[in-house]
Amino acid sequence: MPSYVITEKCDGCKGQDKTACMYICPNDLMVLDKEKMKAYNQDPMMCWECMCCVKICPQQAMDVRGYADFVPLGASATPLRGSQDIMWTVKFRDGSLKRFKFPIRTNEEGSADPLGGFATNDDLNNQALATEPASLGLDAVPTLQ
Amino acid sequence: MANFETVEVKTDLLIVGGGFSACGAAVEAAYWAKKNGLKVAIVDKAALDRSGAVAMGLSAINQYVGVKDGDNTLEDYVRYVRQDLMGISREDLVYNIARHVDSSVHLFEKWGLKIWKDEAGKYVHEGRWQLMINGESYKIIIAEAAKNALAEAGGEVYERIFITEPLVENNKVVGAVGFSTREDKFYVFKAKAVICTMGGAVHVFRPRSIGEGFGRSWYPPFNSGSSAYFTLKAGAEMTCQEVRFIPIRFKDGYGPVGAWFLLFKSRAISAGGGEYMTVRKDELQNWAPYGLAKPIPANLRNYLGMLDLDAGFGPLYMETSEAINKIADQYKEDPKAFKKKMKELESEAWEDFLDMTISQAILWASMNVKPEEKHSEIAACEPYFIGSHSGASGAWVSGPEDMDTPYKWGYANMTTVEGLFAAGDASGASSHKFSSGSHAEGRITGKAAIKYIVEKGADPAVDMAKVEELKAKILAPLDLFAAHCNETTEPEVNTNYIMPRQFMFRLQKIMDEYAGGVTAAFKTSKFNLERAMELFVFLKEDSDKLAARNLHELTRAWENVHRMWQGEAHVRTMLFREETRWPGYYFRADTPKMDEANWHCFANCKVDPATGEWEMMKRDVWNIPGV
Repeated sequence: MPSYVITEKCDGCKGQDKTACMYICPNDLMVLDKEKMKAYNQDPMMCWECMCCVKICPQQAMDVRGYADFVPLGASATPLRGSQDIMWTVKFRDGSLKRFKFPIRTNEEGSADPLGGFATNDDLNNQALATEPASLGLDAVPTLQ
Repeated sequence: MANFETVEVKTDLLIVGGGFSACGAAVEAAYWAKKNGLKVAIVDKAALDRSGAVAMGLSAINQYVGVKDGDNTLEDYVRYVRQDLMGISREDLVYNIARHVDSSVHLFEKWGLKIWKDEAGKYVHEGRWQLMINGESYKIIIAEAAKNALAEAGGEVYERIFITEPLVENNKVVGAVGFSTREDKFYVFKAKAVICTMGGAVHVFRPRSIGEGFGRSWYPPFNSGSSAYFTLKAGAEMTCQEVRFIPIRFKDGYGPVGAWFLLFKSRAISAGGGEYMTVRKDELQNWAPYGLAKPIPANLRNYLGMLDLDAGFGPLYMETSEAINKIADQYKEDPKAFKKKMKELESEAWEDFLDMTISQAILWASMNVKPEEKHSEIAACEPYFIGSHSGASGAWVSGPEDMDTPYKWGYANMTTVEGLFAAGDASGASSHKFSSGSHAEGRITGKAAIKYIVEKGADPAVDMAKVEELKAKILAPLDLFAAHCNETTEPEVNTNYIMPRQFMFRLQKIMDEYAGGVTAAFKTSKFNLERAMELFVFLKEDSDKLAARNLHELTRAWENVHRMWQGEAHVRTMLFREETRWPGYYFRADTPKMDEANWHCFANCKVDPATGEWEMMKRDVWNIPGV
C-alpha cells in the first residue's frame, strides 16, 4: 500500500503544528484527520514507497505493505533510523528474517560545513567555484588546451 | 475566485526546485551572494530534506572522474557520453560538469556522506565512474549543506510551495508564481535571475503497474515535468525532447541492477534466447559506429533484449545465482573465506535495494527470493524524461565562457531567455551527470547566475495585472469544482469538468498507445504520432476544465498540465526527427534506420509565448577538437 498508519500507535503528532509524516512526504500524500487525530495516506496509488514517513514517525506508527497488485502478501522491510545508522529487518513470506545495519553519515546531524574546510576562491570571473581548485585536489581548474 | 491571500517575495536570485541541482545552486550562490550583498531564495514543493529524485537515498555515486589521482581524464568522460547518446551530446556542457564533479563528491564526503574506501584509502568503485556509498541519508546531507549555506548568507528557504508559472517580460525572466500546498496563499516571487531545477518527468507515459503499484515508477512520481513546462512557457529553446530514458531494472520493483552487472559481473538472458548481448551481437553493426564501441550504449543493450521479447523469448532474467556461484568457485579451497565473502556480498546486494528502492527488497522477500539459488526477472521500465541519466531532454543552455564553441550567448547554463538558468534534469544534452554531476552543474549555475546579477541584474519589472490573470487561471480548478460539484451525486463524474486523475490517465493513454509506450513495445511512427497530435488538441482544450476540490488536487491538476506539455514536446520532436537513433528507447517504424547524413544533429524546439506556436529546428553537433 504503500505506506499505512497503525491506528493504535498514531497520536497525530499532538502538540505540533503539523505531523512528521505530512512534513516529510515528498509527494504530499499524508494528511491528518484532526477529529480522530490520526494521519492517513490520502492516495496510496501515488506512493513511491520511499519510506521517508516510516523513518521519521516518532511513534513508529507507520509501515509499508507491498503493492497489492504485484507483491505477494507476508513480507516487510522495517527500518529503525538513528542519528548515525539505520537498522533494517527484512521479513520473508516464509517467516525467515534478515537483519542489516548500515551507516547513514559520518558526522553529527546539522554539522555540514558548506565550504567543507577547503580554501576558497574570491574571483567571480574565473572558472573556479567557491571551494576550487582546493576541493578538486588540483592546482587549477582544468580547461581545454 | 477562490479567496487566496497574495504573498509577494522579492529576492535577487530565485532557485525553483529542491533536488540535487537546486541544492548545488544554493550552496554556491549563497557564497557569492554574501560577498556581493545579494539575496538568494529557494522554493521547493516538498521538504528540502527529502525532496527530488534522491529522496529515498542512493547506493552509489554514478559520476566521479578521479582527475586528481589520474584515474581518468575529462576527455574520457566526454567520449563515454558521446558514445552512449549515439553521438548527440553537448560536449562543452559534459566537459564543464566533468571538471567540477569531483569537487562536489569531495564536498559530500566532508559534509558527512560515507563513501566506501579500500585499505589504501582510495574510493571503492562499482564501475569505472561509479563509487559505492552508504547513501540512505544522501539527500538529507546535501540539503543540510545548502540550508547551512543559505542561513549564513541571509538566504531563505520556502517549502511546500508549488511553482506553476514563470514570469517573463520581453524575453527576460522576472520571477515565478505558485501556491502554497498547505494554506490558501498565492505566491509571487520577483527576482533578477531564476534557476530552474525542478527535475524530470514521470507518469507522462502509463506505468506498467496500474493498480496500487501505479506509484512505483523507477524515477519518482513527484517529478512531474515542471522543469520542461517552466522553460517552455518562458519561451526558452529546448533540446533532445525526443531522448527519453528507459532503464532495464528488476521487474516491477524497479530495483537497481548496477551492482549485479558491475560488481557481481552477472549476465542477462532471455528465457528462450539465451544471452542476447552475445547471440544478437551482429545487430550492433546496424548502429555503427556507436554500436561497435565499448561500452555498448544503454539504449542498444535495451534493444537487443527487446528483440528477444518481440521474438517471444521472454521473460528476461538477471543470472544472479550463476554470478554468485562463479564468485564461490574462486573460494572453493577455503570455505571460511567463502562464507565471509558471501556474507559481505549479501549485505551489499540488500543494501543496494534498501538504500534506494525499498520496494524491491519487499518484493524479493515476498517471493522468498534467494539470489544465490535462482535468477530474478528484469524488464524495461516505462519511458521517463531525465536529462541527468542516459536520457537527454532539457533546456538548451549557454556553454562555459572559457571554451570556444558555437553555443555561447550568455552566462554558463543560461537558457535562451535572459536571466533564466537551468541545471540538472532541466538542462538538456548533458547526460550522465546523475546525482553528483547535477549537483556540480547546480554549483556552476549558481555562480554564473550571481555573476549575471552583479553585471546585468535589473530590478524585476513585474506586470501585476498579468499576475492577477495568472492567479485566476491557476486557482480556476478550485472555482470550477465549487461551482458544479453539487450538480451530481458523485462529484467525480460531472459534465462541466475533469478531475486530475482522469486527465492524467488520458494523457498516459495517448502517450502509451501512440507515442511508443510499454503497450506499443516502445514502437511508434509518423502516423501514430500524428494521431497523438490530434488527440492532444482535445486534451489541451480540456486542460482548461481541470477541477480540484482542495490544495492537494490543485497541485495534481497543475502537475498534469506540466506533464502534458512535456508529452507534447516529446511527440513533436519524435515526429520531427525522421530516423531511429536510439532504438532501445523508441523505434520509429516508418524510419527504422539511423540517418547520420541528415540527423547527426540536435532536434530543438520552442514555443512562442505570445502566439503559442511551436517551432522545430536542427542545431549542429560540435565535438571537442582532438577528442
